[in-house]
Amino acid sequence: MTVEPKSTQSFAGGVKSHKGKEWGKIALIMAVVSYLGLVLLLPTLYVFIGAFSRGIAPFFATLIDPDFTQALSLTALAVAVAVPLNVVFGLCAAWVIARRRFRGRTLLLSIIDLPFSISPIVAGLMLVSLYGRNGLLGSVLQSLDIKVIFSFPAIALATMMGGMPFVAREVIPILEEVGTQEEEAAKTLGAGEWQIFWRVTLPSIRWGLFYGIILTTARAMGEYGAIAVVSSNLIGRTQTLTLYVEGAYRNYDSQSAFAASVVLAGLAGATLVIKELFERRIRIKDEEVSQ
Amino acid sequence: MTVSNTQSTFPPAPKNWLKRFSLPWGLTITYISIVLLLPVAALMLQAATLSPAEFWRLATDPIALSTYNITFGTAFFAAAINCVAGTATAWVLVRYDFPLKRVLDAVIDLPFALPTAVAGITLTTVYSEQGWIGSFLSPFGIRVSFTRLGVAVAMVFISVPFVVRSVQPVLQELDYTIEEAAWSLGASQWETCWRVVLPPLIPAILTGTTQAFARAVGEYGSVVLIAANIPYQDLIAPILVFQRLEQNDIAGATAIGTVLLLISLVLLLMVNLLQAWRQRHDG
Repeated sequence: MTVEPKSTQSFAGGVKSHKGKEWGKIALIMAVVSYLGLVLLLPTLYVFIGAFSRGIAPFFATLIDPDFTQALSLTALAVAVAVPLNVVFGLCAAWVIARRRFRGRTLLLSIIDLPFSISPIVAGLMLVSLYGRNGLLGSVLQSLDIKVIFSFPAIALATMMGGMPFVAREVIPILEEVGTQEEEAAKTLGAGEWQIFWRVTLPSIRWGLFYGIILTTARAMGEYGAIAVVSSNLIGRTQTLTLYVEGAYRNYDSQSAFAASVVLAGLAGATLVIKELFERRIRIKDEEVSQ
Repeated sequence: MTVSNTQSTFPPAPKNWLKRFSLPWGLTITYISIVLLLPVAALMLQAATLSPAEFWRLATDPIALSTYNITFGTAFFAAAINCVAGTATAWVLVRYDFPLKRVLDAVIDLPFALPTAVAGITLTTVYSEQGWIGSFLSPFGIRVSFTRLGVAVAMVFISVPFVVRSVQPVLQELDYTIEEAAWSLGASQWETCWRVVLPPLIPAILTGTTQAFARAVGEYGSVVLIAANIPYQDLIAPILVFQRLEQNDIAGATAIGTVLLLISLVLLLMVNLLQAWRQRHDG
């Protein structure tokens, strides 16, 4: 991964430039570390300080607070609906994009990326203009007495939209790199489509898929802007974990806000650890191949 | 395994063509339509019900114009910081070895994983006048939380990973011997940097910066908490959309939301063009 700067000694004047380089190197590292420290590390560290500033007891008091547990279970429910759907979709989309050549392939790829660039507020607004009272399907839904906006279905849809690209984005490059040889070999041995998927394709993409699922889950738990628009934010009813964090903070109950944040940040930390393990595995595999 | 068997497994073209409309295809298109395309179309149709003059009036009323100004100005500022600092970070991570490098590398992705509401409350606290960082700045008369500077800090935070993660792989692939050649021909460090190392990185830097900008323009969660959300001062466009919705001003929200949607589509197109350029550069 790292390219060792081994060459400086090899030409004339190496010693002088080497010294200059060392200083430049140290200065650059310090600059980068302080930038990341000020912008990323200190703020993230503060989440934990804020949660435990008054000791362990208030932290646990938040965790058993019924408003918090309601918010947690609503978030868990949204995750339970959105993540499996996004995984199935992501696998299908990755398969279509990596294995088929067709016109509009790049367009499809861009459409999948769309949730990355659309503002979450606009995403919420789109759902309102589709399912809201004055929306495109508003009158139909009203006559059927189905409530979407300000209730769970809209929260689930917003969660689905935000996490849509992750699985496909992680799996496509792996599918492309693995190639079709093994799948074709399985086919010649008489395996069915499902058998090929379960026994050949899935094992080779499993780490990418796994990481994609982790990212989708993290995104689903952290979804905020779009949900803020489509949820009525009723405490204990349509309040998700991120809305709880915001609500508590605005009510000057920063202790509870940070305690709930620790739960969310813990998941973020787990995501990073899993990613690191996943990349280390790939690196070891690459080294084995190169030996 | 016989030859005939092998041949039978590669179906002729027409059959293959039919397979394109198989289960994965169908599911992909259906899901995209329900979750994404239908809502996008609904917003566009909603915007189309406004007369052009009405749309123009709502999309360009003075408050809206000031929020565009603040949103794009601040997002540009944040993207520029990430452009420089992100490239430097990628360089340090690829070329140098130092203690805790792996930790630093892992930390870059934090903004992807950390919910924006959490980022919002923690940034606000740390950069407030009594906070860890804010208390060092307030003697100099610099206020961060509840000002436009705070909006910039939130936008920098959420867009840190883009440039780094875009430049890092390209820098890793870069052939070190070219730099050696430049040095041996008598080029100085700076010359090597400007003329040899930087040019192949430019497509990646631009892609990452555009992505960072797009993300910063759309950001809501962290900004809504760190900003005072006062019009003409630090109110950004996504928050104005939210406020319009809260005031039940659907038409106003639709007009400004459509402007934002169109801008994110343009930015997405730009990212794709940049990526195509980059592939041509590589190839």
